Amino acid sequence: MQSRTPILEIKNLGVSFTRYTGLLSRGHLDVITDLSLSVHPGEIVAVIGASGSGKSLLAHTILGILPHNATVRGQLVYDNTPLTPQRAAALRGHEIVLVPQGVTYLDPLMKVGGQLAQGKTDAETTGRVSEILSMFGLRDRTKDLYPFQLSGGMARRVLIASAAMEHPRLVVADEPTPGLHMEAAQRVMGHFRELAKGGAGILMITHDLELAIATADRIVVFYAGVTVEDAPACNFRSASTLRHPYTRALYRALPGNGFVAAPGTHPYPGTIEHGCPYAPCCTDASPACAGPVPYRKAGQGYVRCVLQGGFPDA
Amino acid sequence: MLEAKNITFRYGNDERDILQDFNFCLSPGERKGLLAPSGFGKTTLCKILAGYQRPDQGVVLLDGRPLYPFKGYCPVQMVWQHPEAVLDPRMRMKATLAEGKVDAGRILPQLGIRREWLERYPHELSGGELQRFAIARALGQDTRFLLADEISAMLDAVTQAQIWQFLLHELAARNTGLLTVSHSESLLKQLCGENVLYLREKMD
Repeated sequence: MQSRTPILEIKNLGVSFTRYTGLLSRGHLDVITDLSLSVHPGEIVAVIGASGSGKSLLAHTILGILPHNATVRGQLVYDNTPLTPQRAAALRGHEIVLVPQGVTYLDPLMKVGGQLAQGKTDAETTGRVSEILSMFGLRDRTKDLYPFQLSGGMARRVLIASAAMEHPRLVVADEPTPGLHMEAAQRVMGHFRELAKGGAGILMITHDLELAIATADRIVVFYAGVTVEDAPACNFRSASTLRHPYTRALYRALPGNGFVAAPGTHPYPGTIEHGCPYAPCCTDASPACAGPVPYRKAGQGYVRCVLQGGFPDA
Repeated sequence: MLEAKNITFRYGNDERDILQDFNFCLSPGERKGLLAPSGFGKTTLCKILAGYQRPDQGVVLLDGRPLYPFKGYCPVQMVWQHPEAVLDPRMRMKATLAEGKVDAGRILPQLGIRREWLERYPHELSGGELQRFAIARALGQDTRFLLADEISAMLDAVTQAQIWQFLLHELAARNTGLLTVSHSESLLKQLCGENVLYLREKMD
């Protein structure tokens, strides 16, 4: 049940930091240079990126919790209205929720029920707590437990449950399944699917491409500060339906798809001045890659590559 | 040959044994995988096999001799899941590497470690870069068995393939045995073929 209007739309987002490079000189460090994506109600969108690529900053930008020395460029639109940090502050925790990476985000001194209810004790809230616990396969008595009494899997479900308490419209999940084997990870992702069926848009940020292929509707590939490709998850069943050389390198590197190690390491933020950041590693690179590379529509997605022909627009 | 015989271990006054009467062996040049859910005791097993942790009962043997009174460089080396937790934050990377008696001129370029990284401290490198150093350090000339505990779980697919392709080649050339622990079945099959141990599932 996807509707046409996205709940979240990001166009040409840039995030940079001001920092002191000497005693009196200041510099700018671009961490995100050009990121575009959209999330529709009912949809799970995965953003795939390497560690250190700045993908967690995306979550912080949406929630309006960047540090003071950060500067944001580009457009963020939530529910047809620009998402300013002030608006994000008003919406976060209610309409826009974050599912953090670590289970240590639970308050160790507060019982689960209290954390879900956020201090409220009215009948409606306590009813909602019981409802949400059963929705996530947790027994009602879980509300009387402290976080240390939960197993890792239960704690993770409590984190997602607390995000679901207020019927969110946008859920941002930062590495929601670290260290879980595929079956357990898919169980966790099943809970996100339930939220999506309820009409929420889900933005999952992860480095785990296998998981994204198995559970997301769309996959956005983020490399060195830019989105290089945006494609339906079904395009990831074969390298031939992927358009960007980095995306194909990721696909072929998966165990089971060849385990091919493409050369090169992820560049540091701020070291790519212009052009395609993957060009130094790309076997198909041409002089055109050094110039501006537009993010253009291709098939049901987008790609940022100068190569035109050769890839099916299915 | 690296052997574990009848290993039993529990943490402190925990109610249950994390490992019970566990037996294991690894030959030189062999690659074995271990797939088990979180909380099984995979890291504990690696720590016991590498001599970081003594079992309550049982014994670890290297070529038939007990591993524990071992003096000097341990021929069984472990690479941990979180490199930032096992590299001294106050040592430059070159000093950390020097601990491992590593053939740096040959290994560092193959692991993609850049020369300028050697002068840095751990907090000045990313997780993937640190893991390359942690692997290099474990590949001293006297290493005969390598224990890899989820060493690529936090890496993107390309970096994961780069590190493993290097390791497979290096271990084969040196006839080093490998135990690799992972939650990813596809990775273990790729690395170890059918030589994968599946351990019992434990529910929440």
